Amino acid sequence: MPTEPRPASSQSHPWMALSAPGAIDDMLEYIGAPSVEALFEQIPADHFRKTPLDLPPALTSEVELKRDLVTRLKKNENCEDNLSFLGAGVWQHHVPAIVDEIVGRTEFATNVWGSYQSDHGRNQTWFEFSSQLGALLNLDVVQLPVYSWGCASGHAIRMAAKITGRKKVLIPQLSDPERMSVIRTYCQPQEMESAIEVVLVAADPTSGRLDLNDLKSKLGSDVAAVYFENPAYLGTIETGAAEIAKLARAVGAETIVGVDPISLGVMTAPGDYGADIVTGPVQPLGVHMHCGGGAGGYIASRDEEAYVRSYNGFLVSIAQTLEPGQHAFGLACPHQNSYGMREDGNDWTGNSTYLWAIAGAVYMSLLGPEGFAEVGRLIVSRARYAAKLLDAIPGVRVVWPDTQFKEFVVNFDDTGKSVAAINDSLREKGIFGGKDISGEGLGVGQSALYCVTEVHTAADIQRLSASMKEVLS
Amino acid sequence: MSRLPDFQAAKWDEPVVMEMGRPGGRGQIFPTPEDEVLASVGDDLIPDAMARKDRSILPEITEFEAQRHYLHLSQMTLGMMGVSLFGTCTMKYNSKTSEYATLRPELADVHPYQHEDTLQGVLSIMHEFDGILRSLSGMDQFIFQAGGGADAAYTMVALARAYWKDRGMLGQRTEMVTSAQSHPCNPATAAAAGFKVVNLPLEENGYPSLDALKAAVSDKTALIMLNNPDDMGIYNPEIKEWVRVAKEAGALCFYDHANFNGVMSKLSARELGFDACMFMLHKTFGAPKAGGGPAVGAFGCSDDLAPYLPTPVVVKEGERYRLDDNRPKSAGKVREFWGNVPQVVKAYAWARGMGSEGIKLASDISVVANNYMDKRLSEISGIAISNPDVKSYRMEMTRWSLGPLAEETGIGTVDFANRMADYGIDPWWMSHEPWIVAEPFTPEAGELWSKEDIDLWIDVVAKIVEEARTNPEMVKTAPHNQPVAQVKGDVFEDPTQWAMTWRAYQRKVMGDEKAERGAA
Repeated sequence: MPTEPRPASSQSHPWMALSAPGAIDDMLEYIGAPSVEALFEQIPADHFRKTPLDLPPALTSEVELKRDLVTRLKKNENCEDNLSFLGAGVWQHHVPAIVDEIVGRTEFATNVWGSYQSDHGRNQTWFEFSSQLGALLNLDVVQLPVYSWGCASGHAIRMAAKITGRKKVLIPQLSDPERMSVIRTYCQPQEMESAIEVVLVAADPTSGRLDLNDLKSKLGSDVAAVYFENPAYLGTIETGAAEIAKLARAVGAETIVGVDPISLGVMTAPGDYGADIVTGPVQPLGVHMHCGGGAGGYIASRDEEAYVRSYNGFLVSIAQTLEPGQHAFGLACPHQNSYGMREDGNDWTGNSTYLWAIAGAVYMSLLGPEGFAEVGRLIVSRARYAAKLLDAIPGVRVVWPDTQFKEFVVNFDDTGKSVAAINDSLREKGIFGGKDISGEGLGVGQSALYCVTEVHTAADIQRLSASMKEVLS
Repeated sequence: MSRLPDFQAAKWDEPVVMEMGRPGGRGQIFPTPEDEVLASVGDDLIPDAMARKDRSILPEITEFEAQRHYLHLSQMTLGMMGVSLFGTCTMKYNSKTSEYATLRPELADVHPYQHEDTLQGVLSIMHEFDGILRSLSGMDQFIFQAGGGADAAYTMVALARAYWKDRGMLGQRTEMVTSAQSHPCNPATAAAAGFKVVNLPLEENGYPSLDALKAAVSDKTALIMLNNPDDMGIYNPEIKEWVRVAKEAGALCFYDHANFNGVMSKLSARELGFDACMFMLHKTFGAPKAGGGPAVGAFGCSDDLAPYLPTPVVVKEGERYRLDDNRPKSAGKVREFWGNVPQVVKAYAWARGMGSEGIKLASDISVVANNYMDKRLSEISGIAISNPDVKSYRMEMTRWSLGPLAEETGIGTVDFANRMADYGIDPWWMSHEPWIVAEPFTPEAGELWSKEDIDLWIDVVAKIVEEARTNPEMVKTAPHNQPVAQVKGDVFEDPTQWAMTWRAYQRKVMGDEKAERGAA
């Protein structure tokens, strides 16, 4: 015979020890308060809410809660069951299983701020993130990541404005509208007294690279920084990077480069071509796409005091302890951020994406120098192969072939079909086509930005090509 | 008094990963490009001007070496494996069910630019959770783009700019008014957004006076940003009048709900008159903190402000969910994409796991537990409550001072925090800057911990107070059984010694000039 379930008041909620029977009463007795309500005496009666809470029914049982979550999430389609060529800010890269294990460790998932000693393992991991990324960038200072690449670039531009005392930044016209929207927020509406003016620099139409003549015409002693990305938003490799940095330096402007770190096994370290401040995404370093929640952005520079003193967030330095010969870790320049100086600190900081620094540390240690070289070669080969197969389809044209890293622009103007229609058809075949960039004001007609990485096999690419032919026929 | 644990932290003496491995060690191997790929394009494809010539100086270790190294480092992180009553952060249980659910490919391997038809599951959760937050706050629309509480404050100031720009008054509405004790993110984001910050000083009763507010607000005020209760555990009973005064001057009113735990289910930001508010999903709503994110500052506002929200906004049309990007007056994005979606799912899971009754109970417990702590802490000599003239019960946390003990023994709050970990107790939160009370500490019990946990925490405090009197040198040199000894802070402000990467350390401290360049 089934037993009656115990009434809710006779057992605790699984997440609240003090909801066990009698626990509150014991405490009230010790406090000497007549009731729970009495403890809220500071709140005037007319402040209490009048409308009752109207939440969906509780799912206190994990059985029910899991069922609800999974049932809902299964209404998504995902990039494991489908073949996806979406990139543009988050990309489908392989996440080693060990990375998931380490970032899932409860100590790493739940910690907050202890002492330098009780946080030692985490702080060392953070230092190892910066150290390994610094080795890829050939730069000595790497800050813990901020919210995203766009946010990192926004902060970097503000750093440059602070360092130079100037209020204008030059940015390629062919930039990601998503990142640009964030950067413009950081640079402020022009009506604000402290606004940083954003001036766009044209692209060379034959290569997609920055038009150096247009750059020269816009560079002057009022420019705080030139910002460009390498590889750029549309996938192109900026071969003129050193020249751009030289031109910027000649007018006293900072060179800020956005760099996807997964390219750095095969591409020149930005520290070697004159970048002053480098930003980029951390998601390629072992973080799932998480529907965009994998975003995070690093900021790095040379180890010069003017730069170090202008960072907004957390810089982890190696240090000594009271025990001779022992090293540990702590925060350098802890008072220059908003925690230390409120409105007088550098920009602001707070909770960020520091778990992804841990993911990145594990990821980079697993790859090592050869892994980065290998994955870089694999990505660029397969991306070029995909571009070649697509370009061979009648009506389909790869804009700027043979210049890209992992992303490239595919133009469909001559097919008579819109990217939206093509992607709808591809989706029916289990393929997520590239991001539709037709409406982004980049002057590329009906085009999509395709992304190919180490997870795409030659067979996947052939499947894309065959499906594309069917869709366009 | 509880029996204090004979605790010893893991101490692996783990090398920095840069020192590990040997040439040829590999933790991940990637396939070589297929023959048809090589035949078609080859694999030497980076233009010479941009082809990397040096070999990056990364460690070369095998998979197990990496796993073991980072497991050792995780074990040398106390996390909340002790008892963490970390004030202002609202330590909660972070449900593993939601961790596992969000790691499934149905979310982890989902791209934000997928077609809406393929995102209906996650959009339904975001919409449902939007509804939950609307009910808790009375606001009309929430978004989750902000990557933390500070970013939600930034969302507010960006939105205020768009609001005043739309009215042609951006040049006039140039000031943000807040309390000197508000979270630093409020003045800092306002300043970064170009506003002049007006900080109101605290009075005896723990909050700024209404008169000070009246003197500060004017037709220059763009917005006010407030926490309530504050970190002292004091609730400003004049808050409705504050909002009325500010609105009379035309200012927008933002409620920073960082300290929501004690008042959730009790207050509605909208009923109090606020135009917008913010919740931290990694605090109040049970998503993990992860040492500082990924986090979410859920930002909600009234219909009047909704046109200025960053896009996209999740909306429901019939039975279908959609991402609304069409907001011509939008303040612009504060971060790419639509937020730390897994954390939103975890917060949704927390709210569903709790329900209305559970949330009300959690709020009750957090205030009961804090007042229990206040009573017990008040019985320890050498520590003093902040704002002693405030005789009422405090809310869900209380600011305390170790000032008397420090004067008596020289042992301050930093020494204390270092020593606490020796008992397996997570070091306490002291205070945001500026420190208004001497040698501050700020416990917050929340609803997670048991009475035994809380008693242990207080017993450890009492024990260290005793140690401060009997053996101050031992406390001063603490910790003594942690992974490392007390860290010396002398390098942190010294440009010749700070080293944020191993290569900088080699160059500066080990005198290795090669570290500046690749091994080639």
